[in-house]
Amino acid sequence: MKKREKVVSGHLKATQIDPRHFAAGQIKFYCILIPLAMFMVLPVIMTVNRAFMPLGELFAFPPHIFAKEPTLNNFKSLFAVSSTTGVPMSRYLLNSVLVTVLTVLLNLVITILGAYAFSKKRFRGKGLLFETNQLALMFVPTAVSISRYLVIVKLGLTDNWLVHVLPLAAMPVGLFLVKQFMDQIPNELIEAAVIDGANEWTVIMRIVVPVVKPALATSVVLTFQQVWMAVEASNNYITDDSMRTLAYFLSSLSTNNTVAAAGMAAAASVILFLPNLIIFICMQSQVTNTMSHSGIK
Amino acid sequence: MRVKEKVYAAETLETLEEGKKRFFTAKDGKAYLLLLPYILLFTTFILVPVLMTVYLSFTYFDVYNPSQFTGLLNYITLLTQDEVFAKFVFPNTVLYALVVGVGGYVLSFFIAWMLSQIQALPRTILALCIYTPSMLGQVFIGVIWKTIFSGDQSGWANSLLMQLGLIDTPIQFLLTKDYFMLIMIIVSLWSSMGIGFLSMLSGMLNVDREIYEAAYIDGLRNRFQEIVYITIPSMKPQMLFGAVMAIVNAFNMGWIGVTLSGANPTPEYSGQLITNHIDDYGFIRYEMGYAAAISVVLLIIVYCFNLLAHRFFGEKD
Repeated sequence: MKKREKVVSGHLKATQIDPRHFAAGQIKFYCILIPLAMFMVLPVIMTVNRAFMPLGELFAFPPHIFAKEPTLNNFKSLFAVSSTTGVPMSRYLLNSVLVTVLTVLLNLVITILGAYAFSKKRFRGKGLLFETNQLALMFVPTAVSISRYLVIVKLGLTDNWLVHVLPLAAMPVGLFLVKQFMDQIPNELIEAAVIDGANEWTVIMRIVVPVVKPALATSVVLTFQQVWMAVEASNNYITDDSMRTLAYFLSSLSTNNTVAAAGMAAAASVILFLPNLIIFICMQSQVTNTMSHSGIK
Repeated sequence: MRVKEKVYAAETLETLEEGKKRFFTAKDGKAYLLLLPYILLFTTFILVPVLMTVYLSFTYFDVYNPSQFTGLLNYITLLTQDEVFAKFVFPNTVLYALVVGVGGYVLSFFIAWMLSQIQALPRTILALCIYTPSMLGQVFIGVIWKTIFSGDQSGWANSLLMQLGLIDTPIQFLLTKDYFMLIMIIVSLWSSMGIGFLSMLSGMLNVDREIYEAAYIDGLRNRFQEIVYITIPSMKPQMLFGAVMAIVNAFNMGWIGVTLSGANPTPEYSGQLITNHIDDYGFIRYEMGYAAAISVVLLIIVYCFNLLAHRFFGEKD
């Protein structure tokens, strides 16, 4: 060890990845990263604060960043308000919660089964199917929104609950991440379990799922973010206002340019944003763990 | 142990033989059963729409009447007669894809590079801050930035500029063309540090530390060489994943202009991207065949970017 230090000393010191201790060399990174992080979160913090501002403060000049006299009035009026068609806000919230829970659960099951087949089974056409999924990683849904619309109309899914759920239940990125993670499980382990008499179901539930939990958590986070914030289904495929979601209601509030709507839009944003943030913070270490296996080879 | 090996060997042999003889075995069937839900949904909502888009692009289709085959007419019209496409949409899309897609990718690499060189706790907090905008979703992003760039003096941007004495009257940021593209790019970059960014950060943290030390002994001279010769080659798979995510994100953000301005088309087409052009023809004018042709062009563009990314970072066979 001593020898090597001597050799290194003549050169520039190598980059310290993931340093344990603080060193003066890190200051320059903090100087860039801290203002950057502020720029990233400040708009969010400002909007969250607007949710607690009385109407007078919302349009003050100069505008305040932090609410001076915080109030819950915006939330109260948000819960009291109904859409133009008489659907109360609580209905949108309930719809969002149900749709999200259903989609996340369905996605979880589909992803586990699919990733298991891709990772641990040998079958005809596997290469082609996986390639197709790789290609679908770069799928841009807006590019085919028209055909998607036609398919959904053909299937009779317009004004149907399932139209919120089904298009988001199969997610190529989620499947890819879980499959990559599953590849770590040695095949011998599964073969041994099979020899000991475990059936497919036991193998999945007892061996595979516990190991790939971080990847599953990541997949849940990604699905949640997509479905909880989705407005596509409410906008395009649903005409019955009582079946639309909170994100849709927020978008209709935000295009309404009245003073009261601005406060309520901010309040609704907070309701939409908080679950997202909380879930991500809870799953943060799992996501990080998954990401180290996320590479495409 | 021996029994297991035997069974394993027998199984391998069996599969090999099966592969030669039978086209579809019970074992294949079982795997497909597991994949069935995924394949069904994938086919219905991704594969069929893509194929249908390709088919529709060769037809005239207005939703009400059956589609009529028109050959390459849509593509010819798009390339020769669509002035809006040639004058605004195409250049806007190229600029946007380069700045937000490629620029955002390079930016996320350097942010991850800096983050990887600080301690764990501050790194986690700062990474969370930087990741936050990417999980907000279209509506919330609209609410935030419409407030910031609001056209009256209560908007943060206007208020700040007025207090600094740079302007006297508020600027209509989101209703005029002058700053529209710039704002779109800022907002898109702001919200682009998503899972691709997290993936690259993880990749960087997993590079073996010894490699760095050894490389300097071997004559590496500066940080730039270090990045080019050590960091990037050591995390190619994550670089590729990050690149694919950056490309997809850039093209998926196509709604941003319409959300900010509240109208399609955007002010004087200043922020009109190819996805807005598709919506304009598809959902506003009901010229589905033509819209499909534009969609195919978009899919091809995305695919080309993707090929490029694979060329750079894919493992060579």
